[in-house]
Amino acid sequence: MTDTQILSGRKQSGALGRWFSMLWADKLAFFAALFLFVVLLCAILGPHFLDAYATKQNLRGRNAPPFDLTHGWIYVLGADALGRPLLARIVVAAQNTMLVAAGAVAASSVVGAALGLVAGYSRRSAAQWIMRLGDVIMSFPSLLLAVIVLYMLEPSVANIVLVLAITRIPIYLRTTRAEVLEVRERMFVQAATVMGASHRRIVFRHILPVILPTLVTIATLDFAFVMLAESSLSFLGIGIQAPEITWGLMVSQGRPYLTNAWWLSFWPGLAIILTTLSLNLLSNWLRIALDPAQRWRLEMRGRKNG
Amino acid sequence: MAEHLLEVRDLSVEFHTAAGTVKAVQDVSWHLDRGETLAILGESGSGKSVSASAIMNLIDMPPGRITSGTILFNGRDMLAMSAEERRAINGARIAMIFQDPLAHLNPVYTVGWQITEMMTTHGAPREEARTRALDLMKRVGIPRPELAMNKYPFQFSGGQRQRLMIAMALACKPDILIADEPTTALDVTVQAQVLELLGELQDETGMGLLLITHDLGVVAEIADRVVVMNSGCIVESGNAAEVYRNPQHPYTKKLIDAAPGKGEMPDEQERKGEPLLSAIGLHKTYGAFHALKGVDIAIMPGETVAVVGESGSGKSTLARAILRLDDPNSGQVLYRGRDLLAMSPRELFGLRRDLQMVFQDPTQSLNPRMTVFQLISEAWAIHPGILPRARWKERVAELLVKVGLKPDMAARYPHQFSGGQRQRIAIARALAMEPKLIVCDEAVSALDVSIQAQVIALLDGLRREFGLSYLFIAHDLPVVRDFADRVVVMKDGEIVEEGPVRQIFDAPAHPYTRALLAASLDPDPEIQAARRAARNLEEGLEIA
Repeated sequence: MTDTQILSGRKQSGALGRWFSMLWADKLAFFAALFLFVVLLCAILGPHFLDAYATKQNLRGRNAPPFDLTHGWIYVLGADALGRPLLARIVVAAQNTMLVAAGAVAASSVVGAALGLVAGYSRRSAAQWIMRLGDVIMSFPSLLLAVIVLYMLEPSVANIVLVLAITRIPIYLRTTRAEVLEVRERMFVQAATVMGASHRRIVFRHILPVILPTLVTIATLDFAFVMLAESSLSFLGIGIQAPEITWGLMVSQGRPYLTNAWWLSFWPGLAIILTTLSLNLLSNWLRIALDPAQRWRLEMRGRKNG
Repeated sequence: MAEHLLEVRDLSVEFHTAAGTVKAVQDVSWHLDRGETLAILGESGSGKSVSASAIMNLIDMPPGRITSGTILFNGRDMLAMSAEERRAINGARIAMIFQDPLAHLNPVYTVGWQITEMMTTHGAPREEARTRALDLMKRVGIPRPELAMNKYPFQFSGGQRQRLMIAMALACKPDILIADEPTTALDVTVQAQVLELLGELQDETGMGLLLITHDLGVVAEIADRVVVMNSGCIVESGNAAEVYRNPQHPYTKKLIDAAPGKGEMPDEQERKGEPLLSAIGLHKTYGAFHALKGVDIAIMPGETVAVVGESGSGKSTLARAILRLDDPNSGQVLYRGRDLLAMSPRELFGLRRDLQMVFQDPTQSLNPRMTVFQLISEAWAIHPGILPRARWKERVAELLVKVGLKPDMAARYPHQFSGGQRQRIAIARALAMEPKLIVCDEAVSALDVSIQAQVIALLDGLRREFGLSYLFIAHDLPVVRDFADRVVVMKDGEIVEEGPVRQIFDAPAHPYTRALLAASLDPDPEIQAARRAARNLEEGLEIA
């Protein structure tokens, strides 16, 4: 019962302060959050300040190696095949990358989870239709679907988000449905039924909070997948169109030079890895912070350090 | 000093948890001789299983740590042995059976294979092992053992699975059998059979039996000596009958007093007027399985009706049908003259308030992600008419006090409470609706005896205060005897007997009721001894 005493003793500080101290308690998650914050800043402000650098070609500085400051600090990460500074390009590309990845992940998870909740909770034939629809999407090669859709539509950021979102919906749909089927049979859901709770209340107050951590975890993993899928679309020439750039596109543009200029693909690749890693760490922290039965781990550690 | 078969001396075990070091057992000493039955009696969290886990090398280290003590098996210290030596002893010389046999039998192998494997891992040739497995299954009373050898665990009933576990444990002719709550998950009649089997096998093989239990009745039935544990320490030990008759330690006294089934039974009350709730001709089938076969039941205002029966008798299905958690196939449920089953969802919503339920396992029936305040106040969020939002806080505090908790506990989450406290929260939640009838589905069976007594007293007090009616579903007859006005006995989806509690307990008419009563264990070892003698005599007469 010691943990209960700790909890009751820590209630004075505000909710925001409590969340911050829980984040501080998990150092990895704290730095992950910091990194994501920086990426977010780059995405919002980057194109505003560095767009001119990012598109300026400098044929004398083609494939300039990294850590060489003779061309100026902007070339610290080296330059690409047209002599454009990689640092500026990565910062500027953050916006498109984040837009596509976050948009696709958000759209597919919201739609997929909503459909999954219906498919899992409702016993009507609508549930069957939703599942078969998911099967159809899954059985259709996602890249082929993307090619067809983008061939017919304009390859813009919005359309790429749309295509990627559609192909990722079944992941959330199936996971959500499976979890709902299990949670629905739990005793506390029946207890709510006995109290006369409406379906809406049961779904949003009792079922969704239990399955949310799973969905968040899948979403963060999917983030990386979507970034790479977007780059393969770009590679096929139906994704983001130059001069617009994304990290994925930079990776695939650097591919032919891998043997003599590794940095072309390495830095944007590193950006992708660090972003998804940070998201993973943060989602892991969030899972613990959202679970009342686990939360003490963060609160205990926070106390020791603070 | 005479050498004991197994002796535990000054054993202390700690567990390192994030909340600090927990001393699971402290300076525990006991011994077990050949042919003897020792019971370790204690409630959950008393550390009664820890010493057995230490013997079987089942303590995870870390976080566990044995800080002091020795375990002598045939005079040798097991804690000083190599892992190899201990594996040779585990299973072969000291065997163990567990509470839940389904969790301990591998579902993808046939039981015959599993029993045989037990012997082959300890070096027996396969053919010999097979023959012996067959013998064992015959011995523990599995019908048609040749066929049963090739069946999978799920194809057996709970009692048969426990018999299979026993067969497996006995495969290598162990010197000691450790049984950790072997009958807790079983029905009373099956429990009696399993305990009898254990007794017989002990007589045949002369093994020492170490029984870990929370049930005084089990101790009375089978144990020679008893060790009573409370929060990691032995508070009392000695001859089972002696300890029961003459408990020295206050905790033992409290435990014996809390054992249900001793109170005065209420006199029969006249049943006049219209029943609060009645079910007429309820039928329910699950596929080919007929769970309810035309059940009629009536509950008067302010009355407690107990439904007793073993697992599969349809008693929970009845409760679920009455609350419309599962719609029955046919029949009527009349609440104050109106048929619940014919109501639209809108009409039913208004009546939900009056009919509430307390579930068996409060760990599962309380949403783990809601605070106590949210759990209790949800009733008022669903039914806006009961209480204005401004008064929620105050009322939650009142209800918590009413069920014996503290008002400042409202901000906590369910996992921060003990099992008994959680059940109190569940009761407070049901009371928030101001119901007329509470259906208790095995509401106290998951609780420790002393907590059980407290919860029963709480329910009884609430009945007096608010004039509540209860539909009390239970398999535990002594609890029913203390609490109910009327008893309904169910078997295979039918009511076999019904009547006032005194009539059922003093003059049971149906043979099944009599069998149930005979199988339920009395905490008094002398009464149990007398019953055993009577049973043996009967069997003797049958044979003659």
